Amino acid sequence: MKHLILGNGPAGVVAAETLRHSDTQCEILMAGSEDEPPYSRMAIPYLLEENIDESGTYLRKSPDHFDSLGISQLRGRAVSLDINEHQVLFQDGHSETYDRLLIATGSHPVRPPIPGIDLPNVHTCWTLDDARAIASLTKPGTRVLQLGAGFIGCIILEALANRGVKLTVVEMGDRMVPRMMTPKAGGMIKRWVENKGIQVRTSAGVERIDETEKGGPLRVSLNTGETLECDVVIVSAGVVPNIGFLEGTPLHVAKGILVNDAMQTSVPEIYAAGDVAEAPDLFTGAHLVSAIQPNAADQARVAAINMAGGQTHLKGVLAINVLDTLGLISTSFGQWEGVNEREGGSGAELIDEEAFRYLSLQFKDDVMIGATSIGWTEHVGVLRGLIQGQVRLGERKQQLMHDPTRFMAAYLGAAQAIA
Amino acid sequence: MQQALLIDPEKCTGCLQCEMACSYENYQVFNIAKSRIKVFNFEEAGRKVPYTCTQCAEAWCMHACPVEAIVLDGATGAKIVLDDVCVGCKVCTIACPFGTINYVQDSGKVQKCDLCGGDPACAAACPTEAITYVDANWTGLDKMRAWAGRTDTASQANA
Repeated sequence: MKHLILGNGPAGVVAAETLRHSDTQCEILMAGSEDEPPYSRMAIPYLLEENIDESGTYLRKSPDHFDSLGISQLRGRAVSLDINEHQVLFQDGHSETYDRLLIATGSHPVRPPIPGIDLPNVHTCWTLDDARAIASLTKPGTRVLQLGAGFIGCIILEALANRGVKLTVVEMGDRMVPRMMTPKAGGMIKRWVENKGIQVRTSAGVERIDETEKGGPLRVSLNTGETLECDVVIVSAGVVPNIGFLEGTPLHVAKGILVNDAMQTSVPEIYAAGDVAEAPDLFTGAHLVSAIQPNAADQARVAAINMAGGQTHLKGVLAINVLDTLGLISTSFGQWEGVNEREGGSGAELIDEEAFRYLSLQFKDDVMIGATSIGWTEHVGVLRGLIQGQVRLGERKQQLMHDPTRFMAAYLGAAQAIA
Repeated sequence: MQQALLIDPEKCTGCLQCEMACSYENYQVFNIAKSRIKVFNFEEAGRKVPYTCTQCAEAWCMHACPVEAIVLDGATGAKIVLDDVCVGCKVCTIACPFGTINYVQDSGKVQKCDLCGGDPACAAACPTEAITYVDANWTGLDKMRAWAGRTDTASQANA
């Protein structure tokens, strides 16, 4: 049995290891498109902050880790897939066959169609190569304009600020991290980073980027009429799944590759996991890309067990996020926006603007379905426990509506039954 | 034979000796804010509940770590944080559904119970045997682990 894994990020690596654990005999070939050992993009901000060196980003620290597990590696980008011949063609012209295929090709950053987006001093921040370029371009005092204040943008933001650059952030949404944070929470993060000396423009888009002289500083024109001068533009306008090579195949694709709860695509011997996959959501069953490490690892384990002939199912994707914006720590879980009252929705929101503390808990009937927090680091994981466990809170729900800070007591009482 | 912490809230008086011992063992200071075991006080019920990591088999934190900073201590079965490797990304803190791995802003790293390498200071310090370190098969952790199975997205991965 030959397993071919496209992608050597967290999903590819966890799948390869799980396959080996499940089947000591099978052939495992893992293909990565970058000229690096398997590494974690999550760690790039810490590389930019110079807290770690490049080896600190590696997913597995032992140099012979994959060899010792009998996992073969290949440098190559898949360009097409032939599902009849069970064959993947790579950019260098060679092909690999498979019995089972895992697509874990991840995602790539969007470059919005803005005039000037391809100028030399305009960069995305996604790969180790990008990180090297940004590190060489940004010194204390460098003027950096960052396009986008989503989840990834905010992680980079902290790293850039710690490099001592003069930073301006431009976000189309009306607040920071609009797809992860409630309006109050996104506003609080904005106020925090502004207090730390970062310029933030929300409800603003970049219309064009021009060089003031060849290879020199950039002039960025916003749709608000404002123009800003800077040395470097960093684009963090979101990511999209790497599915281009699937064109012409019958695989069902929406934003990402649609999979069932076994992480199987519409072609039975082909599986997908991680940022490239759209798996059913825990609550609604609607397909969802949840591009974060724990979900990639969970999906990869499920895919690999099934590829090896076992039977296991993902019990639904739960969107989870954690963010540190210059020392202000925020999380969001599940359906943090809540559901409306007609569907049994209710919520409690605690706002302490002065202390930069925030907590929103959302319920459907007596089950917690989502949460947002700022300034909480103790035991935040139980918010996941309560939500993913779909724990019936009974009378404890009313206590939480009255005082949401008592989520740990509710957890110990309702989920662990030890309080 | 591996051992585990057995916690019996019935016997807990809320004296916080465990929190003091944990803080001292790991940071050489008596500061319960730094403790990796926490005693929760349910005033209405008059009940105190010590709570820490059960070193669960699912090891959500370990699988979520992007840089292999959480590893299995083969001798004790504990999942331990390697401070030199941890980058402080906090992904483990939202992955663990028990809330028992937490970010420490002072150090910029996460911390969790590591069973003190096989001689847990909290159990040694507990005057009422509310916390004991016993043969892993005897503990009352089955209940928690059964519950963990409900939230496990890949529970059969360990089967």
